[in-house]
Amino acid sequence: MKYKLLYFLFSLLFILPGIYFLLRFGLSLSVDFTGGSLVEFQVNASLVELRQLLEVQVPVAGLQQSNDSFVLRTKELSQAENQALQVEISSRFGQVQEKRFETIGPTLGKELIKKTLVGILLAAGFILSYVAYRFHDKKYGVCAVLAMLHDSLIMLGVFSFLGVYFQVEVDALFVTAMLTILSFSVHDTIVVYDRIRESGKLFPKLSFVELVNKAVTETLGRSLNNSLTIIFMLLALYLLGGDTTKWFVFALLIGTASGTYSSTFTAVPLLVLWEDFSHHFSHPRGVIE
Amino acid sequence: MKKLWWRLWFILALTAVAIAVNLIPQYPLKTGLDLQGGTHLLLQADMGNIDPNDRTTALESVKQVITRRVDLYGVSEPMIQTSNFQDDYRLIVELSGVKDVSEAISLIGQTAQLDFREDLEATPGAETFRFLPTGLTGKDLKKATVTFSQGGNNTGQPEVSLEFTTEGAKKFGEITQRNVGRQLAIFLDNQPVTTPVVSEAILSGTAQISGNFTTKAATDLSIQLNAGALPVPIKIIEQKNISATLGSDSVRKSVIAGSIGLGLVALFMILLYGVNGFLADVALVIYGLITLAIYKLIPVTLTLPGIAGFILTIGMAVDSNILIFERLKEELRAGRPFSIALELAFGRAWDSIKDANVATIITSLVLINPLNFNFLNTSGLVRGFALTLLIGVIISLFTGIIVTRTLMRLFLVKKV
Repeated sequence: MKYKLLYFLFSLLFILPGIYFLLRFGLSLSVDFTGGSLVEFQVNASLVELRQLLEVQVPVAGLQQSNDSFVLRTKELSQAENQALQVEISSRFGQVQEKRFETIGPTLGKELIKKTLVGILLAAGFILSYVAYRFHDKKYGVCAVLAMLHDSLIMLGVFSFLGVYFQVEVDALFVTAMLTILSFSVHDTIVVYDRIRESGKLFPKLSFVELVNKAVTETLGRSLNNSLTIIFMLLALYLLGGDTTKWFVFALLIGTASGTYSSTFTAVPLLVLWEDFSHHFSHPRGVIE
Repeated sequence: MKKLWWRLWFILALTAVAIAVNLIPQYPLKTGLDLQGGTHLLLQADMGNIDPNDRTTALESVKQVITRRVDLYGVSEPMIQTSNFQDDYRLIVELSGVKDVSEAISLIGQTAQLDFREDLEATPGAETFRFLPTGLTGKDLKKATVTFSQGGNNTGQPEVSLEFTTEGAKKFGEITQRNVGRQLAIFLDNQPVTTPVVSEAILSGTAQISGNFTTKAATDLSIQLNAGALPVPIKIIEQKNISATLGSDSVRKSVIAGSIGLGLVALFMILLYGVNGFLADVALVIYGLITLAIYKLIPVTLTLPGIAGFILTIGMAVDSNILIFERLKEELRAGRPFSIALELAFGRAWDSIKDANVATIITSLVLINPLNFNFLNTSGLVRGFALTLLIGVIISLFTGIIVTRTLMRLFLVKKV
């Protein structure tokens, strides 16, 4: 743990730009959060021509093309308006085949944001209490949750960046990905903490830092191997899976990488830092002899 | 040793049952709308004009009405749920495989119309009926309730009591006066719901419909009548149409991706841990078979994120084994004989495995929201994902530890 400052710096290298993007551009939220409509359809048209036609009909918030499909994001449309729009498109470009139509009221979006925050806080609260209870010390719980926070920040930052440059939107699935990563991150952290606790019992003479170093060396191989198996699965899904889950899987990939790093190089150094501080302040200073 | 063989037989039997369940067509794998195509609607009921005490009843009536309408379209297994909390009364409607969505949707979105119709031309006992509107409608009906008859031969029989408004009582009185002995039909959305015979002129504004009702039949009738008595405008606040081709395409791709990922993981385990890795792979196959069987038995409605959840749990399932094998290597390095090292590795790894998995179980429970707390997520997609995660963690604890341990004790311990 000699290099703990270096580890924190490395994390900051990703977190700070992420925070910058988040503050500057925010997240590009999908219709799940903002309300509105999304229509995905197949038609034989060029993007430019289609855009011209659509802009006359509805406010176009976004139009993307993938192969021969187009995804249109617009204001909240009713089924009838959606139908009318498709008739309009087909009168110009021929047959339109609707693949997906989603419309979400504005109140639902706010509700989703609220529920997401409550869900994350609740999960974090439960995990903090459980870890603190299992390790008989609140510092383990707090540091594990801080590592979780680290992973959330990285995921949010990356998606803010992707939103700016690749028009990737944050949707309800992203929320699911984030919650999964939170539990994965804690899962990984607990394995290292558990090793510290066990070595502490076996070798009571070792100092805390020595125990930590020992635990980290012993669990690093396992941590990497495990993450690799998950990354194999996710990579296969990302490269070969369907378009609808592509960014969901990508979020999980980022989270797995960050979660693996944070367990060893954030959660543990934080623990050491906490220990240093508490020693610093609990040592009696002036003893009268 | 004998106990171990029993355990092996138990595992084999369980696997055989799982394979059987997976092969029997009686247990189909239920797939969600995103996979088979269809329409998902979230309807908001406007309860502004309904007395707060009657709102739950009114929502139940709306549900009945929509179920009737959906049935007309012959939709296979429509899913219609009510969800109400605080001041929001909502209905979730999922229709799979509806071709002409627009028509179905405009029908669903209408407010229910109830009216009473008389059959003036027919003589009592005639075979054919021609019902004509009377001008008495759902607006004149205050409420319908299930009651039990008080006197006569039928004491204790369930009946449906109608309570009219002042205006309605007057109309109802006139209608019953001129229809004694004839049928007075009640129509909902232009479909007859019930056609009772008027026994006498009723001027009091309250009436009972009796017959050989079971309590359930009486309740159903009262709910349908209330749909007219408590008319609730409904509005679509969320709609998702997914075409069937998009769904089947996603399934095919995910299955291919999953198989390739699984193959890579299996190979990786063998390369890293040799024979041990191979046994872990066997446990992993058993894991896959049991999980699939459980999806079919519960049944879990599999959605796209659900498939992703399943694939993710495969990665997590091997984690228990990796923890144990890494531990085993250490114990062997410390110079312990294989049989002792094996037991130590399993014992010591268990602590971390337990704590780590409890954390995952906590998260999945928060996501599944089993108690339906309204401040938490109730989205079907998120829940589907979390449910597969929860099932995955629990089964992987069994296969990753009990199955692998039994296999290793049986086939590897003798070696040393």
